[in-house]
Amino acid sequence: MTGNLAHTPLFEWHATHGGRMVDFAGWAMPVQYASIVAEHTATRTAVGLFDVSHMGRFRIAGPDAESLLDRIVTRRVAGMKPGQIRYALVTNDAGGILDDVLVYHLADREGHTFYHLVVNASNRAKIWNWLEQHRGGAQVELTDTTVATAMIAVQGPRALEIVRPLTEVDAARLRYYTGEMTAISGGHAIISRTGYTGEDGCELIVPASAALEIWERLENAAGQFGGMAAGLGARDTLRLEAAMPLYGHELNEDIQPFQAGLGFAVDLEQRTFPGRDALATLRDDVRAPRRAGWKLSGKRVPREGYPLLAGDEPVGHVTSGTFSPTLGAPIAMGYVRPDLAVAHTSVMIDVRGTRVPAQCVSLPFYRRTS
Amino acid sequence: MQPQDLLYAKTHEWTHLAEEDGTKIATVGISHFAVEALTDLVYLELPEVGRQVKAGESFGEIESVKAVSDLYSPVTGEVLEVNRALPDNLGLFQDDPYGEAWIAKIRVTDEASLRDLLDHNAYEKQCAEEGH
Repeated sequence: MTGNLAHTPLFEWHATHGGRMVDFAGWAMPVQYASIVAEHTATRTAVGLFDVSHMGRFRIAGPDAESLLDRIVTRRVAGMKPGQIRYALVTNDAGGILDDVLVYHLADREGHTFYHLVVNASNRAKIWNWLEQHRGGAQVELTDTTVATAMIAVQGPRALEIVRPLTEVDAARLRYYTGEMTAISGGHAIISRTGYTGEDGCELIVPASAALEIWERLENAAGQFGGMAAGLGARDTLRLEAAMPLYGHELNEDIQPFQAGLGFAVDLEQRTFPGRDALATLRDDVRAPRRAGWKLSGKRVPREGYPLLAGDEPVGHVTSGTFSPTLGAPIAMGYVRPDLAVAHTSVMIDVRGTRVPAQCVSLPFYRRTS
Repeated sequence: MQPQDLLYAKTHEWTHLAEEDGTKIATVGISHFAVEALTDLVYLELPEVGRQVKAGESFGEIESVKAVSDLYSPVTGEVLEVNRALPDNLGLFQDDPYGEAWIAKIRVTDEASLRDLLDHNAYEKQCAEEGH
């Protein structure tokens, strides 16, 4: 089943530790080890370790690196200080979302600065080609470092405690959405205060050759706090509770950032990037369906594609749904007309032929308290 | 009930057969293998009492955090009784899949429908192949 798939440097570890390997964007990834709910809860209450090496990673260096990125992504890259990380979008000429990405501005030991782009696994080739297509005569050195490195997300209230003994840079000193180069296990790594779970934590980009040793040390340390390795199943329930959009579900080329609730990630003033002019118009489109979230009664889970109804009228469909372990209730996200995308309004969700009432709630579904 | 004494559908439902007044009564549930594969159960829809079911026909559903799966009747017959305590105690599937987690009792109306069921050895073999 997972024969022709790419393996992360941690594949063997997953396979020998009960990981149920599935195809995710061409990679053999663990969807879960024992239980999604246990892994989810461990991340909310202690710490979860995630192999996210399938995410695409590009290093962009050279004198024109900043200007190349600045004319491709929806947020300003010019003026980002070394250490800063920004969530941004890559849009096409029509303003449709090609990907959501993290832009890292980093400095190496010698003080040379460069950029790093983390993109979705499913969009790695597309964004690489987009960069190539738009580089023109820019003096940049583009390197796809995805295979040479591994990426490990350490997430949860105890995350920083287990990372601190391993890295030269103190994770607790990093502010949210900043990152630095650090020594780790004799090699060099990028450590950042970022994540995709709604918890505090950090992400490490480490040499592939050092990944297993680092992972095992983290896993040992996590166990002492009741933490554990967690698969893509828990990553999905965690990000969904935190109402973070997922490419291919809430985001695609027919969705523009404003309707997705990602206006904060679009900076149009005195900028030039593909889709900029289209977005200047779309920003004021009050009729575009908007991303919203619903909590359902009962226990049945709304799955992707299930119809949303206002009375008998189809008004959209579910883009992601799950049973929220934290809320103990089914939750869903999707797109509906703006008057229905308002907290306390209701829709019905057609769950395999049964209409289940769903109440629109303000997002996120879950917000950590500390 | 001991798993060795049960019959199994390829779709992972188990069946225990008992004679009552000359007719066969099938008690059905889902196997430990199925419970382990599903994990994180959140919802069970029981069949309706009185419903006529055919072997292999969907007669309920079981849902986990990850996915929803149909429950298939392992026999042809009439649903006599369902385990109403089960939907609110889904942990029983984990604790006692072949006992407390029985799903329904069905009066078998067509004994030919039993012929496709697997014995424990054959079922174990199928699971070993699937689990690989």
